[in-house]
Amino acid sequence: MIVTTSWYLILAALIFAIGAVGLLVRRNPLVMFMCVELMLNAVSLTFVAFARDLDDIGGQVSVFFVLVVAAAEVVVGLAIIVAVMRRRPGATADDLSVLRG
Amino acid sequence: METAVFLIAGAFALIGALGVVLNRNPVHAALSLVMTLFAVAVLFVAQEAHLLAAVQVIVYAGAIVVLFLFVIMLLGVDTAENLEVEPIAGQRPLALGIGVGVMTLAVVAVAVIGNGATGARGVTAPIQPETVRANVQQVAEVLFTDQIVAFELTALLLTVAVVGAVVLARRPEGDYQPAPESALDQQRREATESIENAAETVEETAEAAAEADAGVET
Repeated sequence: MIVTTSWYLILAALIFAIGAVGLLVRRNPLVMFMCVELMLNAVSLTFVAFARDLDDIGGQVSVFFVLVVAAAEVVVGLAIIVAVMRRRPGATADDLSVLRG
Repeated sequence: METAVFLIAGAFALIGALGVVLNRNPVHAALSLVMTLFAVAVLFVAQEAHLLAAVQVIVYAGAIVVLFLFVIMLLGVDTAENLEVEPIAGQRPLALGIGVGVMTLAVVAVAVIGNGATGARGVTAPIQPETVRANVQQVAEVLFTDQIVAFELTALLLTVAVVGAVVLARRPEGDYQPAPESALDQQRREATESIENAAETVEETAEAAAEADAGVET
């Protein structure tokens, strides 16, 4: 039984779907962020799988940029969460609906 | 060999991913996330992306998850989520339905149609075996030649993120509000008060005793 690229793609699809469902279902903003990380990781896995399948190192380089963007996103996102939580402790994503313009 | 690695690491990745969604305590969710990240790092190694595996462990497990845990501890939100409240009626079943539907669609598409790649070999930067050329060298070569503009923009992005984080975390001057008293603060305050009361009682007793002594002497 040889592991083909499709196996990796299916695994990535499963992880992505779990992350997407978590993002929709959970209300704690921190956990929602973790679900976003899951989705980003699933995409990274796809990139690497295709890099090997198509014999192009460019896929691995793309994952590099995904990592950087994820790190920047987490830093800013967590800063926003800290700022919100300082004003109203125990806020959930639903409480942030007051931010609407 | 790769099959075994894939099956074990893939199982761990899925268990961790489910753990992130299903754990009601954010700390446990963060630890499940670490499991998924490590499993994905193992899958990177299995696909000979050694540099990415190392970066994955260092940046994700080492920095991002620590940041998550730090914020969880700082905010004290490590309490379980209340599942009774459901602001949007039917949100959870709907999300589950959409998620499972999309997932099934994706899995079936990949399994039946194939992965959609043309199968044409890459021409710009073909992957050479590790024995010929190190993975780090190959990634670095593309990163610092073809992708140099994106790489420089990355530096800009990180600077903006750092400045943004500092600005957001800064308290405006004169905006200081004391945090509401927590249970621990209350315990502390009560303990301090009881110690002060005890000290007062001791002092009063000592004074009374001294007075009594003075009375006996005269």
